[in-house]
Amino acid sequence: MADEALTSMPKVGRPRREKRDKPGPLDYMRRWPLQLMVGATLVFLYLPLITLMVFSFNTSRRNVVWQGFTTDWYVKAFNNDSLLQAFLNSLTIAFFCTIFSVILGVLAAVMLWRFRFPGKTAVEGSMALPIVVPEICLGVAMLVFFARVMPWPMGMPWPLNLGAIIIAHISFAFPFVATVVRARLSSFNRELEEAAKDLGASEWRTFWDVLVPHMQPGLIAGALLAFTLSLDDFVITFFTAGPDTITFPVKVYSMLRFSVTPEVNAASTVLIVVTVILTAIGLQVQNNLSKEKKA
Amino acid sequence: MTDAQTSAQARPTPHVKDNAIIRFENITKRFGKMVAVDNVTLNIQEGEFFALLGPSGCGKTTLLRMLAGFETPTEGRVLIDGKDVAALPPNKRPVNMVFQSYAVFPHMKVADNVGYGLKMDGVDGGEIKRRVEEALELVKLDGLGARMPDQLSGGQRQRVALARALVKRPRVLLLDEPLSALDAKLRDQMRSELTSLQEKVGITFIMVTHDQDEALAIATRCAVMHRGVLTQVATPADLYEFPNSRFVADFVGSVNMFEGVLEKDEQNEAQVRCKELSAPVYLDHGVTGARGSTVWVALRPEKIEMHKRAEGSTPMKMEDAPAGANVVPGIIRDIVYLGSETNFEVELEGGRRVKTFRSNLTRYDQEDFTWDEPVWLAWHACSPAVLLS
Amino acid sequence: MEQTWKQAKAAFAAIAVPPIAWLVLFFLVPMGVIWAYSFGENTGPITIDFTGTFANYARAVEPLYLQIFLKSLIVAGITTVLCLIIGFPVALAIAFASPRAKAWLLLLIMLPFWTNLLIRTFALIAVLREQGYVNFALEWLWNNASGFMTLIGLQPLGEYEPLTLLYNNTAVIIGLVYVHLPFMVLPLYSALDRMDRSLMEASLDLGAGHLRTILLVVVPLAAPGIASGILITFIPALGAYLTPDLLGGTDSQMIANVIERQFKRANDWPFGAALSFLLMYLTFIAIAAQAFIQRKSERRG
Repeated sequence: MADEALTSMPKVGRPRREKRDKPGPLDYMRRWPLQLMVGATLVFLYLPLITLMVFSFNTSRRNVVWQGFTTDWYVKAFNNDSLLQAFLNSLTIAFFCTIFSVILGVLAAVMLWRFRFPGKTAVEGSMALPIVVPEICLGVAMLVFFARVMPWPMGMPWPLNLGAIIIAHISFAFPFVATVVRARLSSFNRELEEAAKDLGASEWRTFWDVLVPHMQPGLIAGALLAFTLSLDDFVITFFTAGPDTITFPVKVYSMLRFSVTPEVNAASTVLIVVTVILTAIGLQVQNNLSKEKKA
Repeated sequence: MTDAQTSAQARPTPHVKDNAIIRFENITKRFGKMVAVDNVTLNIQEGEFFALLGPSGCGKTTLLRMLAGFETPTEGRVLIDGKDVAALPPNKRPVNMVFQSYAVFPHMKVADNVGYGLKMDGVDGGEIKRRVEEALELVKLDGLGARMPDQLSGGQRQRVALARALVKRPRVLLLDEPLSALDAKLRDQMRSELTSLQEKVGITFIMVTHDQDEALAIATRCAVMHRGVLTQVATPADLYEFPNSRFVADFVGSVNMFEGVLEKDEQNEAQVRCKELSAPVYLDHGVTGARGSTVWVALRPEKIEMHKRAEGSTPMKMEDAPAGANVVPGIIRDIVYLGSETNFEVELEGGRRVKTFRSNLTRYDQEDFTWDEPVWLAWHACSPAVLLS
Repeated sequence: MEQTWKQAKAAFAAIAVPPIAWLVLFFLVPMGVIWAYSFGENTGPITIDFTGTFANYARAVEPLYLQIFLKSLIVAGITTVLCLIIGFPVALAIAFASPRAKAWLLLLIMLPFWTNLLIRTFALIAVLREQGYVNFALEWLWNNASGFMTLIGLQPLGEYEPLTLLYNNTAVIIGLVYVHLPFMVLPLYSALDRMDRSLMEASLDLGAGHLRTILLVVVPLAAPGIASGILITFIPALGAYLTPDLLGGTDSQMIANVIERQFKRANDWPFGAALSFLLMYLTFIAIAAQAFIQRKSERRG
């Protein structure tokens, strides 16, 4: 009976949590080795970024040890004209790149989805090339192209001076948009189009009233992709940019080459926050769209 | 016949041993706030072909998956051969499953699929080959061992799944909606094959199905589940003839249900008055309910007789009921000819419509019932089932 | 069904001309020029003659450059294998998590993927350098261990020597894994998520443990996803420029860095062009291999 008394004693320590079932055999996420693995991976992915962001508020110049909170580096970064100019350039390039890439991408997707024509396989294959060709190859090709074949006029007013970079960015971004939109189109029920025509809609009206609404999630995803690809690109821009057309990544690169100050941390933090906000907006828009579709 | 009404006990089935091979003890399963299985206690005997029957989402599949080890109960115990299997992962349990989608490995040959379980148990190659051939023969797939699954029809793939599970000689074979993916013709054929297969191998089969015809046709015993609760466990005939609740009566087969008040309840007779029926319902047995309580009368369509009624005639009398009971007047409102039988919908006084069937015994009906014809509906004193819940 | 272009010539022209023209003018022409250059010779500081020579390619396969190609292949290969080893269990765990957790985990894996490559590399430098947090953590462990040794009466471990985690090949590989891990996890996840769960359950039911189920059922069935994960990790890793440039030492040059030097500093465009095309051919070989695996597994299932 002593045993029973012992086992029936109220358990001290761990508070009684809501009782959860034992994990089922395929609940891999509830097994500790995999939890550990996922946790370690997330730490690996995020620790550097979080450190970078935290130390953008550090008072120490040699950002190694935490010494105190300051926003000086942000003030500095915002007063650094060339950094601001680079940031503005990057956003402008990304903006134009997105618009043109979406237009060209949609046209390419509709063309490949809709029509049968001689040489289609060749066109399809060439469309996939910019996606798979290593960045460095595209970068040097653009360098040569704008140096020898079609030199971009020097001394153009802003933002026309960014033209070469914008063209280079569109060249690799629009095939991505085309891929995303085409994937979306493949789930289109062609009977919808026939139904619209049966009910008296013209070719053009059918396109706007039936096809475009169906493509919408693909358009948003494609636009977001084009924007981030452009904003993110370093290598291709590095080969196309001139002294007065520095983009943010190229600027950060040169700052890194000279000296690492927390100013770079501050500028990077701003860009990370911009990216996170953009992603959040994109996801939100997509969520809302899919909810509307369901409702 | 005294208390046959409320105690729909299972009748003994000859080849079933009295030995609970499976025992669910107070099993409850919650997914978040949703209760999938609610305090189920159930014994399944060795050698049975047991069916878990219920509408989709009633918890029957969850119960089966707990047996296989794919779900863990929130509360309660599952015993196989008297041993608690909570600690056993699926690969260590003496049960095997035939999945609804068959789950035949698409990247392995038929023979490799069937031999997979034996390989896992470390059986040597020659023995595997012999037993795989034997199992394929059992399910009539001999000679197809070298095929890939995508070269098989749906029915053949199911046989592979069957052979693959049976080859391991499990204590219990679990079948999850085994016939739902087959077309109608094949389903009928598979029904009888499953029955004879079970008799041949002598293994306990437990099947999950939402199709009451299937359960009645195949199983030796059925458990009806509704919203996670076990409503009735009985043989197919008892389930149909002696349902214990409105849900079971309605779910298994077709039924006319009337709400009424218990007027009389003696040892050998009882009477219920229903608002929708112009005559009282008389029964030749007691129902063990309180007098004056609300009860429900369930009348199967095939148990209702239909007779011609001349305008102004006196009600006919059923020989096993007092005058005026178990006979109501009505008018035929709808007729559906189905070949082997004809369905009628008869409108009673007060507007309630009642379903009844007539077998087409001859090639043309002598009585020639037609639309808007006045008729008598009548039933025997032993035909209605009185339900207390 | 698809329409033939003849049925609607005007519409086809309006739709097809802009993207095709753009692709030809701003992608195929630049590529073609580079290709032509790879058969050319430098005749002056900025003049190049197209002589049809193979000298540039001959130079590219000299031991010095062959070694760099080989090294790039090995580094990209190790990166891919590491990404697969880390990415597979992670993708497996995510694919089988609850729907809520799944959405969050996917977002967490994808977010760095949207973050600027340069910033991520820069962030990694701060963590890996001698005065960085990895070394701080190791030093702390070292000192504690040392203290523990003294406590139990052994010789202390001595001064902590910071590990050189930057500017070498290890740093390049860590950096490439860091940057490319999401590339691997996402296709693996989508392959595992699409997989019919009842096949895994059937395998468990038939007596296989988790490891054997994964090896015998999951991996063969997810092979196309695994192959595409390997491909989209391997290709950018092979052509990586920034990571070896920023994290590597003098001996960690990869092909992309050599190509860059030919164009920016050495000013030997024909040779750089030849190297570019060799890198591109390697990429195409990898794609062809992946397509082959894909076709084989499609024919099977």
